[in-house]
Amino acid sequence: MSIDLKAVTQLPTKSGHFGPYGGRFVSETLMSALDDLSELYERLSQDPEFQAEYDHDLAHYVGRPSPLYFAERLTKHVGGAKIYLKREDLNHTGAHKVNNTIGQALLAKHTGKPKVIAETGAGQHGVATATVAARLGLQCTVFMGATDIERQKLNVYRMRLLGAEVVAVNSGTATLKDAMNEAMRHWVTNVDDTFYIIGTAAGPHPYPKLVRDFQAIIGREAKRQCMEQEGRLPDALIACIGGGSNAIGLFYPFIEDESVAMYGVEAGGHGLDGDDHAAPLCKGKPGVLHGNRTYLMEDENGQIMPTHSVSAGLDYPGVGPEHSYLKDIGRVNYVAATDEEALDAFHKLTEIEGIIPALESSHAVAFGMKQAAKMDKDKIVVINLSGRGDKDIHTVAAIDGIEI
Amino acid sequence: MNRIDRCFKELKTTGKKALIPYITGGDPRPGLTVELMHCLVESGADIIEIGVPFSDPMADGPVIQLACERALAHNTSLRDVLNMVKAFRKTDSKTAVALMGYLNPIEVMGYQVFADLAKVSGVDAVLVVDMPPEESTDLSGALKALDIQTIFLMAPTTPDKRADLICQHGEGYLYYVSVKGVTGSAALDVEDVKANLDRIRSKTDLPLAVGFGIKDGATAAAVAKIADAVIVGSALVNCVARNVNDDALIKKELSQIMLQMREAMDAAV
Repeated sequence: MSIDLKAVTQLPTKSGHFGPYGGRFVSETLMSALDDLSELYERLSQDPEFQAEYDHDLAHYVGRPSPLYFAERLTKHVGGAKIYLKREDLNHTGAHKVNNTIGQALLAKHTGKPKVIAETGAGQHGVATATVAARLGLQCTVFMGATDIERQKLNVYRMRLLGAEVVAVNSGTATLKDAMNEAMRHWVTNVDDTFYIIGTAAGPHPYPKLVRDFQAIIGREAKRQCMEQEGRLPDALIACIGGGSNAIGLFYPFIEDESVAMYGVEAGGHGLDGDDHAAPLCKGKPGVLHGNRTYLMEDENGQIMPTHSVSAGLDYPGVGPEHSYLKDIGRVNYVAATDEEALDAFHKLTEIEGIIPALESSHAVAFGMKQAAKMDKDKIVVINLSGRGDKDIHTVAAIDGIEI
Repeated sequence: MNRIDRCFKELKTTGKKALIPYITGGDPRPGLTVELMHCLVESGADIIEIGVPFSDPMADGPVIQLACERALAHNTSLRDVLNMVKAFRKTDSKTAVALMGYLNPIEVMGYQVFADLAKVSGVDAVLVVDMPPEESTDLSGALKALDIQTIFLMAPTTPDKRADLICQHGEGYLYYVSVKGVTGSAALDVEDVKANLDRIRSKTDLPLAVGFGIKDGATAAAVAKIADAVIVGSALVNCVARNVNDDALIKKELSQIMLQMREAMDAAV
């Protein structure tokens, strides 16, 4: 590879660009708040005290490090490379999302703003935000598409128990992208006293950078754990991609390790041949949405297209800008798993390993099994198990025709 | 001279302020937009802002969101809106027209293709809500080469340093967003707007237009006293929303509000 990978890890530029992607495409009212946030983050990310506070919370509140678990029976079942699972599902609140909300809530605390807002798809980010808000005594409002509220009832109730207000968004397709629109609208109106905790590595600069930095703990741990357990780096990393925060968290610390192949797995929905999927990196084109330039699912007139995935957390027409860049330079391979493949992987992992994965993570498991089967037995694959599947039990039961 | 510059120059000699109505192109149906534009001119518009419908209008309140949805139900595209301006120009070569919208439709069309088509269609200015000056170089450059102006926004949250940057990039007029919020939000605070306009005026000679929160003759008059132009959007789009199936009634109500504002503004200055 002729590209300078060290330079790649130093992105984004000061203006928030990853090559042509990223940037800051928002209305003027928000520009000053984003400037302030960039400045605050630049300062605090160099501050040992802030880092120590973040590390302390990850250890004692989230329960990190999360294990890198050798899935021995799954490995035998697949009959190829050794499969390891990075167990983000064991974090407090049940997914990787909390790594980021802990960090952003600490930033919010430093700004002195008493209110936080978040958008959520599957509800994992909403729960993770409501959780840290409860802990820090911040007032929390979560925007969620009406369609997602219906398919993720359990998480909606969790958020309400945690004291958050959940606002149903009925505009557009009533899913994650519309929740993000509405969160932006709310933020523009309440920017003086409200901190917006974005849940994925997308949005206007500095969000893609700071979310990546907070999630990169996943990859740093996985690297260390793989060295401890196997004495070498893994051969392949696999993670699912909606906006791409768990994937960039796992990938980022490995970008310079050229021997490590990386696979981002998008939601293939009913298949990439039709329009019913959520795979902008596999099938989309670059465009501008939600504050950044990135690959999007859009029509020939630049209108954002409705997406489909069995998993609410992947049902999003965009993706973090760093992924768009990593695609273009060829450092990461972006692939897709269909609804059916993900559901199959959901059942397999549950039955063979006793681990119920989130439907989002099931996409990574599905591709991971396929990839491992093609690799030699002495190779090592790390799959990011980004979340647990309790929230999806009703969805899966309904698909299987079972009434709970 | 660009139609917008000429408009403000002429208004200066008469002492009047510009009235800038906004409607969404293709709302309630593409076939009606050109007629509505002429109707706006007849009832006192100096410059018309035509919205390019977008599926995800992040900076707009429910009124303009729904206008976008009505226009998109007819698949109204950027190309269609440019054609509407072209059709409008057949009988009106005087009134300035600014396109207002989000970047993605322009991005997908390609900046140069867009600039060329905008020129041919008789567009005078472009306002891209989600394109701050920092991200504007390529598009503004392509437009400027064809004498099409890029309009930038200024907000109550804009600090002095950014205000300087925006003034440097500004052309045509500066669009001062009177309230923190989305389009169609609460009433503006005239004193607060005045203080901000005074601050901006010390930095630039560009005409200052005020939008957001102007709904009737009284608010239009109050703003006309302190600004160079009054922008009205949601109040007009509401006339369309109330009467989607009655073209005559849409035109009647649009004219009524426009004439009321025109009269109040002219009496106020």
